[in-house]
Amino acid sequence: MIAAMLGEAWVAMGANRLRSFLTMLGMVIGVSAVILMLAVGQGAQQQVQASIASMGSNLFIVLSGSVTSGGVRMGGGATPKLTLADAQAIAELPGVAAVAPSSPGTAQLVYGANNWSTMVIGTTPAYLKVRDWQLAEGYPFTDVDVRSATRVVLLGKTVAQNLFGDEDPVGKTLRIKNGPYVVLGVLAAKGQSLDGRDQDDTVIVPVTTAQRQLFGSQFPGSVRFIMVQANSAAEMPAVERQMTELLRQRHHLRQGADNDFFIHDLTALANSAAETAKVMSLMLGAIASVSLLVGGIGIMNIMLVSVTERTREIGIRMAIGARGRDILLQFLLEAIIISVIGCLIGVLLGVGGALLVERLSGMAVLITASAILMAFAVAASVGVFFGYYPARKAAAMRPIDALRYQ
Amino acid sequence: MTEPVIRIEHLYKEYATDAGPVPVLKDVDLTVMPGEFVAIMGPSGSGKSTFMNILGCLDVPSSGRYSLNGADVGAMNQDQLAQLRNQVIGFVFQGFNLLARASLEDNVALPLIYRGIGRTERLARANELLDKLGLSSHRSFHPNQISGGEQQRVAIARALVTAPKLLLADEPTGNLDTHTGQEIVALFAELNQREGITVVLITHEPDIAAHARRLVRLADGRIVHDGAMAQATPAAA
Repeated sequence: MIAAMLGEAWVAMGANRLRSFLTMLGMVIGVSAVILMLAVGQGAQQQVQASIASMGSNLFIVLSGSVTSGGVRMGGGATPKLTLADAQAIAELPGVAAVAPSSPGTAQLVYGANNWSTMVIGTTPAYLKVRDWQLAEGYPFTDVDVRSATRVVLLGKTVAQNLFGDEDPVGKTLRIKNGPYVVLGVLAAKGQSLDGRDQDDTVIVPVTTAQRQLFGSQFPGSVRFIMVQANSAAEMPAVERQMTELLRQRHHLRQGADNDFFIHDLTALANSAAETAKVMSLMLGAIASVSLLVGGIGIMNIMLVSVTERTREIGIRMAIGARGRDILLQFLLEAIIISVIGCLIGVLLGVGGALLVERLSGMAVLITASAILMAFAVAASVGVFFGYYPARKAAAMRPIDALRYQ
Repeated sequence: MTEPVIRIEHLYKEYATDAGPVPVLKDVDLTVMPGEFVAIMGPSGSGKSTFMNILGCLDVPSSGRYSLNGADVGAMNQDQLAQLRNQVIGFVFQGFNLLARASLEDNVALPLIYRGIGRTERLARANELLDKLGLSSHRSFHPNQISGGEQQRVAIARALVTAPKLLLADEPTGNLDTHTGQEIVALFAELNQREGITVVLITHEPDIAAHARRLVRLADGRIVHDGAMAQATPAAA
């Protein structure tokens, strides 16, 4: 029975090819738009999540705060209030997994005929743990290097490529600000940060080396910021509270005085970025879904026309013994066939379009089976939903009225 | 005792219009026994088409009783009526009413779809009938490729494919020339005599009605004559 009906529905659609095609087009555009938008949205979301993962987890960054000096308010981090000793004290707090005091600066690196200007981060070995950063080759410097301010360096991937090309940098000596530094290792590639910076365009040296050899400061032992990693997300509030207390104490701040440091919860910032990306992705999907709805209304429209046009046919079928439900099934099947075929073409176009976008614009896209399944399921139910009303209208006709219809 | 195929008692039909109900059939009684060949004649507006639609279970009476093949039609729901139309009645229309985009064999096989019969058997039965009516060489043609007389033969094949007890024909020769019309009505007579199918036929042409063995005349919604054809012919001439 169903097989016979399917055959008839197919013939009916073939009788009006252009119209069937145009009706289908609504579905095709709807489905492909949903899949394309979801792919772009989820691609962006994935990129954000990858950036967050590359930053490290459960992170605080502690910066020197603004200080008023002779009526001039200085920006955050301008006066070096944080010291290596502060960092060591923070490391003693419960719930703290790792602490990395950092003194960044910019310097020119020279190796042979090549030179490259990059960010030099002076820090401790804990920095690699905090940032969850692996070494691609070589080995990291140690606390001993920090204590004795040795001239050793870890290269970011970008720097290694620019200075050494195909050469293996490990064990080679390069010059930073005319001082010779031995390359201990090369860091694994980390990619772009959330703000689009190339995180691999950087080198890491012991914090003491940076302070004494590279960016000599009038405040010996001071650092620009301290990265602090908590044991877990749950312990972050407690760690933040204790750090505030500890630093106020160490900086001899009186009751009621402003903090001379800032504590930023990087994880919260990152999570809100991820949240934004997710909302964007949902929005894109929702907007695309509207076109799916429009496609569904197109199906309903055409099916209503078709039912009216074929009233006489319905009458004939009823006269020779079709029941209401047979007529209902026939028209419903036509609507379903149109939407399912439209869906299949839409899936192909959507996936193809997403791959094309990735190819042409370099935008990250992520095509998931669940997105395709969802688009397909929604479109199929749209077909059933919007096909049902016209089909029921056809089925409810009285045979004699349908037969007499001119 | 054999049961009548059609038994109608005190049948009324009226249509609601803006000016109030208009009676179309008034107190009609009719009994048709198996194997009869009845012609219903009457002027336009006499209610014969309405009567035919009620006989074919396409329309329902306003009051009165209609038993088809022993079953009370008035007590049936839509699905049961559809089943009656499919299994007991074969309907032939003036305008043929074939599906334009289906081939002849698919047209003939159409009623069998609603019985849930598989495609192979549907087509076998359809072709058997097309064969019998001399149309087997046209089986994959479409209705617009054959003549009116041939289309009516296809419609008759479609009516017969379910092996009905009762064949109802509403002016089956109305759209055909005299010669072809005679051929078609001769076919009805043959089906009636050879296969014992009960035939009820509406016509306004005495030459066509003459093939029947019983004549019923309707005028203004009432049966004004009901008798054997021999008595009726002089009156019609």
